[in-house]
Amino acid sequence: LSRPPPAAAGSCLVGPCGRRAYAPPAERKRFYQNVSISQGEGGFEINLDHRKLKTPQAKLFTVPSEALAIAVATEWDSQKDTIKFYTMHLTTLCNTALDNPTQRNKTQLIRAAVKFLETDTVCYRVEEPPALAELQKNEWDPVVTWAEKRYNVTIGSSTSILGPNIPASTKETFVSHLASYNMWALQGIEFVITQLKSLILSMSLIDRHITVEKAVLLSRLEEEYQIRRWGNVEWAHDYDLCELRARTAAGTLFVHLCSESSSVKHKLLQD
Amino acid sequence: MEALGAPLRTLRALLRELRHAAGRSYRDSPAYRHVLAAFRAHRVTTEKLCRAQQELHFQAATYLCLLRSVREHEALHREYHGKGERSPQEVARLVGFRLPQQPRGKG
Repeated sequence: LSRPPPAAAGSCLVGPCGRRAYAPPAERKRFYQNVSISQGEGGFEINLDHRKLKTPQAKLFTVPSEALAIAVATEWDSQKDTIKFYTMHLTTLCNTALDNPTQRNKTQLIRAAVKFLETDTVCYRVEEPPALAELQKNEWDPVVTWAEKRYNVTIGSSTSILGPNIPASTKETFVSHLASYNMWALQGIEFVITQLKSLILSMSLIDRHITVEKAVLLSRLEEEYQIRRWGNVEWAHDYDLCELRARTAAGTLFVHLCSESSSVKHKLLQD
Repeated sequence: MEALGAPLRTLRALLRELRHAAGRSYRDSPAYRHVLAAFRAHRVTTEKLCRAQQELHFQAATYLCLLRSVREHEALHREYHGKGERSPQEVARLVGFRLPQQPRGKG
């Protein structure tokens, strides 16, 4: 694994590096007045005053979609006195897509994504307490059924510690479906799967079958059940909830913006 | 998708979030203009189940969720996790102790 040059610590300016190889500083002062977008050869670029934004590995920050560039620019422009990198999820996703720090190719990304199916949250059921088991059945069964119908596969669910037994044909179907996405979109998909801990919920979200809020709720079903039983702790539960929502929303938006081709089709006026 | 509600409601909420994010000149910001333009472009359609309209609405709702969650997360972080450690003086005051006076100067 080749390490990035030690000078590239921040997101755009060269500075001293006393930290891990691919970790930007948590916060630094806002050093720019204006954020703008320009179109270059490779795509859309972000300008902070007169400087062009670069990735942590000092590559030029270019994105294929104008809408995505606008959203990234908004992230940078909404920083007040300090730049809080941990809130800039779209920028982080673009950096990951551009730098590919884990150096995975398309096949490896798809394999990592489909591997999650073996431990998919919505397939792992409890037997007790019965109220939770019932809740899981009522909330998760519909999503599993939807996935089985939409992709014409068998998934099922299991209460065993080993998890569900996913047939090879099911895995192959998902592998070939994911292969239809480009590399950028795949980074986003793998990110969403890692956040939600579920391939099925992620596909359901990306296919626009459920909203982000619903996907996050289903992913945290047991936690929500415990919260309803024992009470909510704002500084932990709500904190995690907001962070998961933000990341999942960013990942989903990223996937859609990277895989769309916007064209306005004009219908012929009928007399 | 019924869970999304009315597109107008999503649009209004999204524009409000953008206003929070941008500050003074929010109406000139590229995001504000892009969102408005996109909604206007997709308004004219004779079909009730226009796929492009639904896709746009879903995207808008997702972006709204992103902006809102980031803002709420930051507020929670500031409230609960941003203050750092208390100084020894503050801790002493909390439990009602007095810190010992260290003699100044040499010796």
